[in-house]
Amino acid sequence: MIKLRFASPEMLVDINELPGLDYHRLGDDGSIHIAALCRHADLERSSLLASHQPTMAAAAPLVADPIVRIRGTLVGSLCHADPQGDWASVMASLDGSVVAQGPKGQRTISVKDFVRGPFQNALAVDEIVVEAVVPAPQGIASGGYLKLERRVGDFATAGVAVSIDREGSKVTRAGIALTGVGGSTISADEAAQLLVGVELSAEVIGEVSELAAQAAQPRTDHRGSASFKRQVVRVFTSRILTRLLVSEEEAA
Amino acid sequence: MSNLYEVLPAETEEGVPVRKVTIRVNGENRSAVVEHRLLLAHLLRQGFQLTGTHTGCDTTNCGACTVLFDGKPVKSCTMFAVQADGHDVMTVEGLAGPSQLHAIQEGFKEEHGLQCGFCTPGMMMTTKALLDENPNPTEDEIRWALSGNLCRCTGYQNIVKAVMWAAAKLQDQ
Repeated sequence: MIKLRFASPEMLVDINELPGLDYHRLGDDGSIHIAALCRHADLERSSLLASHQPTMAAAAPLVADPIVRIRGTLVGSLCHADPQGDWASVMASLDGSVVAQGPKGQRTISVKDFVRGPFQNALAVDEIVVEAVVPAPQGIASGGYLKLERRVGDFATAGVAVSIDREGSKVTRAGIALTGVGGSTISADEAAQLLVGVELSAEVIGEVSELAAQAAQPRTDHRGSASFKRQVVRVFTSRILTRLLVSEEEAA
Repeated sequence: MSNLYEVLPAETEEGVPVRKVTIRVNGENRSAVVEHRLLLAHLLRQGFQLTGTHTGCDTTNCGACTVLFDGKPVKSCTMFAVQADGHDVMTVEGLAGPSQLHAIQEGFKEEHGLQCGFCTPGMMMTTKALLDENPNPTEDEIRWALSGNLCRCTGYQNIVKAVMWAAAKLQDQ
């Protein structure tokens, strides 16, 4: 932000040396807590995510490049609020929230309210985010994250995060969010809502993918035309949900 | 020639705040008085005259400025020098022994793993971190590890071979 002259702050506070903020852990109620200094690389290698949170586990190896993942953090990515950021979509699809702390104490802000626009978040000037929280799943969590990029580390041409919770075959909660196809992270709520209360089927997946593509607001640029990016959203949404359907059928 | 940063006063004439940092660079403690905004890559290059660390894109894309920070690869154009205060930094100058090249450097020479050589210091530091953690990587693992370092000459094929050469040599030692 500073190098690109988007920001010229009078003062920067480096939180890297703060102790006790590098954890990610499972809460007693099944929620997942990721602290401010937990690095992308920690999440990429996390057995907790591998066993409990498939959407996050799918996204972690796709963030930036392996060197950037050593220093970069999930919480930092959320605060940066770049419309191209992977974690904001993933967390929005999970109905995640952040815990902001300031002199007056802590407050919890849902990620959908936290990301206000490109490079804009809802923090007050005297607050930092101390952790991000993924609520406990309503049943069994499943999902995925797909991103098209021209090369590792490039901005996303388009990305799709899908998270669904199921009891048996019935979807109890669903979230779909889009990366890099609008002025900020887009929650495709209408598409996700179509999944709630039903079982996955080829027909439902087709309708949901179409609604997700309609929710995208892509612009034509050097990464592709608007219609191409919309098509990528359609295909990725369908691909993630179809994989979940196939693995469900294989398990049965 | 005097060292640009080591002779800076505690505050510059213009009143720009500065701070003294002490960094363990290639096994040796080095101190400098730096402006808060100075990037680690620039302190290494201009302050400590360690010009093996290259600055390519200046936007954390290319990886030519990769150094090891407490043993892990970081892109030094995206860290402030003050953030390295009290930490351990290894640059490409720290690879070779007093009389011989490091196996990684030999590998890049033997397998023609460079053409213009601009990306090579970053490639080698990332390779060092990879081989420290995974002494016998597969080709896929090498390509994964180096995916944050860009090369515009080689097409990467010989870089991958160089890393495999170095891994084999280090395992023989």
